[in-house]
Amino acid sequence: MTETRLSPAPGAAPPVRRTSALGTAGNLLRSEWTKLRSVRSTVWTLLITVVIMIGAAALAASATSGGDGNGMPTADRVLLGASFAQLAIVALGVLTISAEYRTGMIRTTFTAAPRRAGVLAAKAAVFAGTVLVTGLVAAFGAFFIGQAILGGKGLELSLGQPEAVRAVVGAALYLTVTGLIGLGLGTLIRHTAGAITTAVALLFILPPLVAALPGEWGQTFSRYFLSNAGSRVMVTRVNEDLLGPWAGFGVYCLWCAVIAAAGLVLLRRRDV
Amino acid sequence: MTTIHVNDLTKVYGRTTAVAGLSFTVRPGMVTGFLGPNGAGKSTTMRVILGLDRPTSGTVLVDGKPYRELRDPLRTVGALIDAKAVHGGRSAHDHLLCLAQSNGIPARRVREVLAMVGLTEVARRRVGGFSLGMGQRLGIAAALLGDPPVLMFDEPVNGLDPEGILWIRTFMRSLAAEGRTVFVSSHLMSEMAQTADHLIVIGRGRVLADLPMEAFIQGSARAHVLVRSPRAAELATMLTGQGAGVDPAGDGLRVTGLTAARIGELACAAGLALHELADQRPTLEAAYMDLTKDSVEYEAVAS
Repeated sequence: MTETRLSPAPGAAPPVRRTSALGTAGNLLRSEWTKLRSVRSTVWTLLITVVIMIGAAALAASATSGGDGNGMPTADRVLLGASFAQLAIVALGVLTISAEYRTGMIRTTFTAAPRRAGVLAAKAAVFAGTVLVTGLVAAFGAFFIGQAILGGKGLELSLGQPEAVRAVVGAALYLTVTGLIGLGLGTLIRHTAGAITTAVALLFILPPLVAALPGEWGQTFSRYFLSNAGSRVMVTRVNEDLLGPWAGFGVYCLWCAVIAAAGLVLLRRRDV
Repeated sequence: MTTIHVNDLTKVYGRTTAVAGLSFTVRPGMVTGFLGPNGAGKSTTMRVILGLDRPTSGTVLVDGKPYRELRDPLRTVGALIDAKAVHGGRSAHDHLLCLAQSNGIPARRVREVLAMVGLTEVARRRVGGFSLGMGQRLGIAAALLGDPPVLMFDEPVNGLDPEGILWIRTFMRSLAAEGRTVFVSSHLMSEMAQTADHLIVIGRGRVLADLPMEAFIQGSARAHVLVRSPRAAELATMLTGQGAGVDPAGDGLRVTGLTAARIGELACAAGLALHELADQRPTLEAAYMDLTKDSVEYEAVAS
């Protein structure tokens, strides 16, 4: 192997074609897609998400004997798996970047692409696209399984019911933004365990505690707090005490943007 | 040609000053050894060159630009900083592919570099199961992806078996022979002696020496000529008169500042018999120890 030669020699090398800014964005997206698809944890986590969503829908539909209020079961009854699946998705979001810190791959990544904001944007875009597609498959899968089981009992569940399509698509959107919050926390905290613990606290532990805050301002704060706001988009019933579906989802996106922005500031400033 | 310019670089981590006012230039067409005891600031300097760490003050330019401003940097600089800095769950092929894609390098090049370092057969295996030597080869394959004019290796032979060491050594020499800029760090002088044409020696974050290998050996305080003569006192006076430094050493004289040939000629002209005339070229290791003995961060305390 000592006869190894490199070709072409620098003198003979053809003029190097420099990539445009747009080309760079495309290159980073391709690179991040290769990274995401080439580790097993991605495939497993996405598979678990689909299984949880569909399994929970089947269980919920089987346990249903009557409808809500007006006698008809609603879409959100078969979407309850999303609140469990979000744990898998948020962990995947964290790992998308924290695994690079754990293994040291982040140094290789930033050596290859020193514009760190671009790397994070490409990671977020590829991850969001993947989770959105998986979320849609899982949510519609859950809906149709639920529909079939309920239909066998003579109960009707259809996409034609008010707000049904919005709730099903909303579940996929909610999972996507939840995953991005994981990515933001992973960027901010860099350690897998620390970031996942923080995510669990923010999404599972604090929302019910915040809801118990006393007084008017406590209720207001609770309405706007992370998943309390974000989960409205996958609920069909309108609750006057809480935010509307899209307002709630908008607030959830803002939370995500703030976490991501904080992560980005530190990402650009830190030594790696 | 492509050079690395380090200009008055200082890097402080908290209360620790890793490098203090470092300036040097790494030139193409040769292997430049970056030498210093552990903790001297070699890895820090390399990380700053690659834009991974921000300098506290000073500038580092690669091909005339800060690293972070290079477009598709793998086409300019190939670096092996830490061979373990890979995701163990990814195959060698996929690891190199994601790096290649980020710089718009065609996938065909991935197969080429895998063949160059002899990893073709394990390309689809997950990197986590690689031996140290295989990991090192993968790191070198990554450095070669963009066919870059500048290559940087941080302690490339650490933990390698003799065959691997020989391979890397030959490889670096051939890269330099092709006109590339090759910058290699090591804390082992013996390793550099086999590879480098030029040396930059640092200790405690400062440049101690920046000179061609040959000059480094010659310039060492230990380079001298040992002379023995029955008329030592007269010889000493005569040589001192010629500008040489003369110290008694055992039953002979330790002469610095004149070559052995010149001393022989002068002694002959003066009619002084010599019983011994020996050029004392220090080993590279000794010259290095001399230079860095005051700058070793963690020195064993002799009682």
